[in-house]
Amino acid sequence: MDKIRESILTTSRASKLERRGKIISLTCLGGICLVVVAIFGFIAYRGLMTFTSDHVSIIKFLTGTEWNPSVSKNGAPLVGALPMIAGSFLITILATVLAIPFAIGTALMMTDITPKTGTRILQPVLELLVGIPSVVYGFIGLTVVVPAIRTVFGGSGFGILSGTFVLFVMVLPTITSMTVDSLSSVPKDYRSASLALGATRWQTIYKVVLRSATPGILTAIVFGMARAFGEALAVQMVVGNATLMPYSLVAPASTLTSVLTTGIGNTVMGTVQNDALWSLALILLLMSLAFNLAIHLIARRGAMKR
Amino acid sequence: MNAKRNDKIATGLLYTIAGIVILILVLLLGFIIIRGLPQLSWSFLTSPSKAFSSGGGIGIQLFNSLYLLILTMLISLPIALGASIYLNEYAKPGMITNAVRTMIEILSSLPSVVVGLFGFLLFVVQLNLSFSILSGALALTVFNLPLLTRSIEGSLKAISNDQRNGGLALGISKWETVTKIILPAAVPSIVSGVILSAGRVFGEAAALIYTAGQSAPALNFANWNPFNIDSPINPMRPAETLAVHIWKINSEGIMPDATAVSAGSAAVLIIVVLLFNLLARWLGRALYKCLTAA
Repeated sequence: MDKIRESILTTSRASKLERRGKIISLTCLGGICLVVVAIFGFIAYRGLMTFTSDHVSIIKFLTGTEWNPSVSKNGAPLVGALPMIAGSFLITILATVLAIPFAIGTALMMTDITPKTGTRILQPVLELLVGIPSVVYGFIGLTVVVPAIRTVFGGSGFGILSGTFVLFVMVLPTITSMTVDSLSSVPKDYRSASLALGATRWQTIYKVVLRSATPGILTAIVFGMARAFGEALAVQMVVGNATLMPYSLVAPASTLTSVLTTGIGNTVMGTVQNDALWSLALILLLMSLAFNLAIHLIARRGAMKR
Repeated sequence: MNAKRNDKIATGLLYTIAGIVILILVLLLGFIIIRGLPQLSWSFLTSPSKAFSSGGGIGIQLFNSLYLLILTMLISLPIALGASIYLNEYAKPGMITNAVRTMIEILSSLPSVVVGLFGFLLFVVQLNLSFSILSGALALTVFNLPLLTRSIEGSLKAISNDQRNGGLALGISKWETVTKIILPAAVPSIVSGVILSAGRVFGEAAALIYTAGQSAPALNFANWNPFNIDSPINPMRPAETLAVHIWKINSEGIMPDATAVSAGSAAVLIIVVLLFNLLARWLGRALYKCLTAA
């Protein structure tokens, strides 16, 4: 066989390399997807044990207000997760509501009021706030926020309110930087047209800019909520960790994440106490999925309006 | 002139809000620096911690954090690189690519405590790696992969298509175009992204509590045999990191000087994260100057 014929009929080194590279990179991508599937599989499998092998009814689990897995009453363990679910939602909503005006205000400073100096100062401020590790937030909450609330409201200082203040600072940069993105994607013509009609800067912001950026701002808020809902250590350090219904903002309470961080190490795998904790993890996972879904829905609605 | 007055009020309000946000950051950093810096000394940074008496340091925790960071990066960087190359260069737009992107998005938005629990189930219990640096590094890889993949994909996307067409016009294969032309051009921004993600990994604690463990056994820094239990580079030993240490001594510690030790540790954490941020910017710019004709 002559050389030319051979080089045409056999695979070249370059195309072998090409195929190998493609396979390797596809494997990496597949690996990541496999991890996502595995996370859902593992946590769902362990989380459903409470309902399949320990025979706790899902309704009772979600609405029961007494959490004491080592005690059983009428043959079923006392695993009412409502105190933690309520605590998580309460802290998330309060922190986000508190953060929204600050986030939108800061974002407006960076896009409309003083774009140059605002961005030069506020951009690094936001980056630094994002960079501070969550345990440091927890530590500051423990040494500053908790004593402050203790002196103002009395009690121990641990509770939903302390958690709210800590989470407020933690979600602020997330919501702000995403709001900035959506505000700066509002076309400049809208602003010019409004100003040309004789509107003041505030009227332009309030009636034109904020309204056309609403879907983006909503996405930013949901992202912030997702971060607040999943935050574990900072909240666990200041919330008080009492698995009681949150009847007061300054009384010790608990969240899904705080019970998980303290509980998993103190229970034995395979017992009811442990299974119940994995069910809480499953709720956390499903909520994270729900936040993702909400972001997609908002994005789709926002896109259709245009 | 109601509208004008409202405009003034609103502007004043916005300035106040921005001022408050800046004030919050200044107070946070000021608190950490003022409370933490006096604690810092060479012996604090190098001596082992004490559980029941005061005067302990954070030497082992600091080493564990750095070792865990390096190990995590060694595992996650190649995978993230491969995945982002496929996503940006090979993947055709369509249902499956969209689904994969959504999956990566979901992974990046998972609470880190869930990632830690998954790591506990899979690496610690199923694969029997027990509480070890290796389990911790694998859990942190899961936590780091989506962020790193997205950041590298962004760097690759920023390279203009002329470079790709140029490579293909020269008759070299797509893979060679990517590895020989696109990747070198993207190195500066990839490096920035990697260092920024390193800052996040360094401060992460929730994913480590149940994977790398909460104890820091004494190490013998003269012993570099990776199979010895007291060797610093043994990946199978339990390793409490700096961030976990802060959490641990504040939530269940009985250390008499817990506040002082955590203030010092918090200052170290913040300083390291700040250094990572500065390094990312400086190195990105320096590499860009060095590697391009500019």
